[in-house]
Amino acid sequence: MRQLWSLLLALTGACASAGARAAHQATPAQSAASLAESTSVNRAQYPSRYQRHANPPVVIRSATIMTATGQEIPHGAILLRDGRIVAVGATVDAPADAVVVDGAGKYVTPGLIDDHSHLGVYAAPGTEAESDGNEATNPVTAEVWAEHSFWPQDPQIPLAIAGGITTIQALPGSANLIGGRSAILKLIPARTVQEMKFPGARYGLKMACGENPKRVYGRRGGPSTRMGNMAGYRAAFIQAEAYRRKWDTWNKDHKGDPPERNLRLESLTEVLRGNIYVQNHCYRADEMAQMLDLAHEFGFKIRSFHHAVESYKIADLLAQEGTSVSVWADWWGFKEEALDGIQQNAALNQQAGGRPIIHSDDPGGIQRLNQEAAKAMYAGQRSGIPITRDQALRWVTANPAWALGLDSIVGTLEPGKMADVVVWSGDPFSVYAKAVQVYNDGWLVYDRTDPAHQPRTDFEVGEVPAPGSDR
Amino acid sequence: MIAFLLAQTIAITGGTVYPVSGPKLANASLLIRDGRIIAVGTNVSIPSDATRIDAAGKWITPGLIDGAGQLGLVEVSAVPGTREATVQGDTIAAAFNVMEGINPASTLIPVTRIEGITTALAVPTGNLVSGQAVLIDLDGATIEQMLVKSPVGIVADLSESAKDDAGGSRAAVADRLRRMFRDALEYERRKVDFSRAQMQPLSASAPDLEALLPVLHGRVALIAYANRRSDIETALRLAKEFKVKLILAGAAEGWEIAAGIAAAGVPVLVEPMNNIPGYDALGVRYGNAAVLAKAGVTVALLETDTHKSRNLRQQAGNAVSYGMTWDQALRAVTLSPAEIFGVADRYGSLEPGKVANVVVWSGDPFEFTTGVEHVLIRGKEIPLTSRQTELFERYKKLPPNY
Repeated sequence: MRQLWSLLLALTGACASAGARAAHQATPAQSAASLAESTSVNRAQYPSRYQRHANPPVVIRSATIMTATGQEIPHGAILLRDGRIVAVGATVDAPADAVVVDGAGKYVTPGLIDDHSHLGVYAAPGTEAESDGNEATNPVTAEVWAEHSFWPQDPQIPLAIAGGITTIQALPGSANLIGGRSAILKLIPARTVQEMKFPGARYGLKMACGENPKRVYGRRGGPSTRMGNMAGYRAAFIQAEAYRRKWDTWNKDHKGDPPERNLRLESLTEVLRGNIYVQNHCYRADEMAQMLDLAHEFGFKIRSFHHAVESYKIADLLAQEGTSVSVWADWWGFKEEALDGIQQNAALNQQAGGRPIIHSDDPGGIQRLNQEAAKAMYAGQRSGIPITRDQALRWVTANPAWALGLDSIVGTLEPGKMADVVVWSGDPFSVYAKAVQVYNDGWLVYDRTDPAHQPRTDFEVGEVPAPGSDR
Repeated sequence: MIAFLLAQTIAITGGTVYPVSGPKLANASLLIRDGRIIAVGTNVSIPSDATRIDAAGKWITPGLIDGAGQLGLVEVSAVPGTREATVQGDTIAAAFNVMEGINPASTLIPVTRIEGITTALAVPTGNLVSGQAVLIDLDGATIEQMLVKSPVGIVADLSESAKDDAGGSRAAVADRLRRMFRDALEYERRKVDFSRAQMQPLSASAPDLEALLPVLHGRVALIAYANRRSDIETALRLAKEFKVKLILAGAAEGWEIAAGIAAAGVPVLVEPMNNIPGYDALGVRYGNAAVLAKAGVTVALLETDTHKSRNLRQQAGNAVSYGMTWDQALRAVTLSPAEIFGVADRYGSLEPGKVANVVVWSGDPFEFTTGVEHVLIRGKEIPLTSRQTELFERYKKLPPNY
């Protein structure tokens, strides 16, 4: 606590992200999940074993419904059934067997999405034994997958659920230029990560700019400079281009032996094919511009710049490129490349027509992502930038859903969307509001008033305060 | 500009005043002269030469006090050249007073004060005994001008992070501290023998032992960081043995023994939003501050991350969400820290005679909707600008006008 900066440095591999495309019950345009995993082999790899948990239909009435589609419905209602949002409006028809939730005085929003988390890979209690976020053995480790580190019994998970989080992107750290694949997860109690994997979601690839790779590898063979960083990304993608050509050739006619598989190049090839989204830890404006040029050189898109504390300086450029920014409300100054952080960062990106996202990168912040969005919204408003409540809500719902490629499935309250829904005790932009109920795919995964719906991890059993004790 | 910065007579009129030392006063005024509050109430006569600040519809509170962090002692956390809070190679650094490490020109100071934090404890870090913490106002061209009190306390670490300095065991931490106190008393009794080198070696240097004497005589507090319940109990035990005036800091599992802490009359510095379990405090939870306050413990709330000191009000808001009353939380960021740090005669409330550290808010200071409208430190109105507001102005229209 008193040495937060050193902690931050230790966790420095937290900042890349991944992309995903989700096929819920309804299959999105990109059909085979195997496509998202690899075009080098035609067998499923480490598939999701997610299954929706049964829950009776639920109708929440007399609440303020914030849809994240531009509407805030006072005294509205919403019906959830079989994992779907069935109806949203001033009134809804509910089946006789629906559980009725009195939402008087309460607010309802989509489940919050954190596109930058290290839950499960930097698990509590924070021992070296559980430090599984940075494969800091080589500056390019595109071959590692965060899901293979992820510990579902991380006691930070129930805390984040109680904060209204329903989906996360769990990322490798930022020690490496290319840190590995992310895991896109439904945030639910589970025994295995496979049960949490968002069905059909595409992987993301974590990349990192700047100080962290320099610091980690500067005395270990490099890179030791930002130009060394750039050379490292380019060398990796040049190899990936050659690998892709080999496989494309073989895939045409399957003549002879297939090329030898290379997991590192396989991940990069899927980036080149647009099947994996690049999620890029990058602080400085000039460096983000370099990374955009890198993406142009190799013909891929950067889905989101993460941390991006200087993104306000090039908000016009980022909007034009269609690259989102995943930022904090007010972090700054913990290292040199974070020196120019300002509270209006998200708002200025919104004003420029960009796609801001408020992310946490932090097991505390993820519990209060609504508060972080509130701070960033009001900082903008006080500076004369007319951020709407709906826009700010989208910073933690629809926009991160887009960054993960899941925006057709989650992130708003619309009929047909997955029933990821939070009931708040009051206005979620108030410091005094708390999540009262959290539904994940229609399942009541958390209820602040009912210890029967306050999941605990194995780690907590017999060690930490019991459910209902306001952890 | 110069006139703007000079102390003068200022009247803040027509707002809701939260004196903290008493009930709130609607439609009240505050009169300030030469850096001090000279009148508070609903019937204050305003001299004609007073500069008026119209606070109709606004909330007026004392400036907030953050009892943690390294304001002035760090600029960029990861850049060692800008860090001054830790003295290397001295596990018992009791004589290390951080005062002359403070940089009055630090950019963190304006960033923090324009959000209503006017006073902060600058806390040494690292080692078994980290050094001497000092209280500063967040304004002033020199260290002397900023200083409120030095030292406020000597900081010792009884948490997990101190173990390495004591050889790897909590028991050794307690033993080292106990020997240190005994040696300080021995040193005091036998200074002449010590100077003639006619004594066994002591467990710390003469300046460090000397620095501990005011603690052992109850004139300076011992600020003990401890989180695990048993470590808190060790701190209480040590304080009792040596009759030390103890301030507990961190105290993540303090709620488990709130009654005992209250009975010992020991105040606690708590970070309300801290709830991530680690082996140093598996019992950490949001409700800690509320449970302690309810048990009668004097609680001050902290934001320990220096660059985020401005989030002290978010910490306070969350403390309210998890059980503190709003009045308790306001007191825990104003008058209670002033009491704990021994400056309540000058700080922490809006009363005649007190130093005029005053904030005018657009509403509830803990709410995100609320903005700071005026900040006064020692009776001077502070311009609401910082390096960050300047960066915003520079880039609010693109391309920037370089």
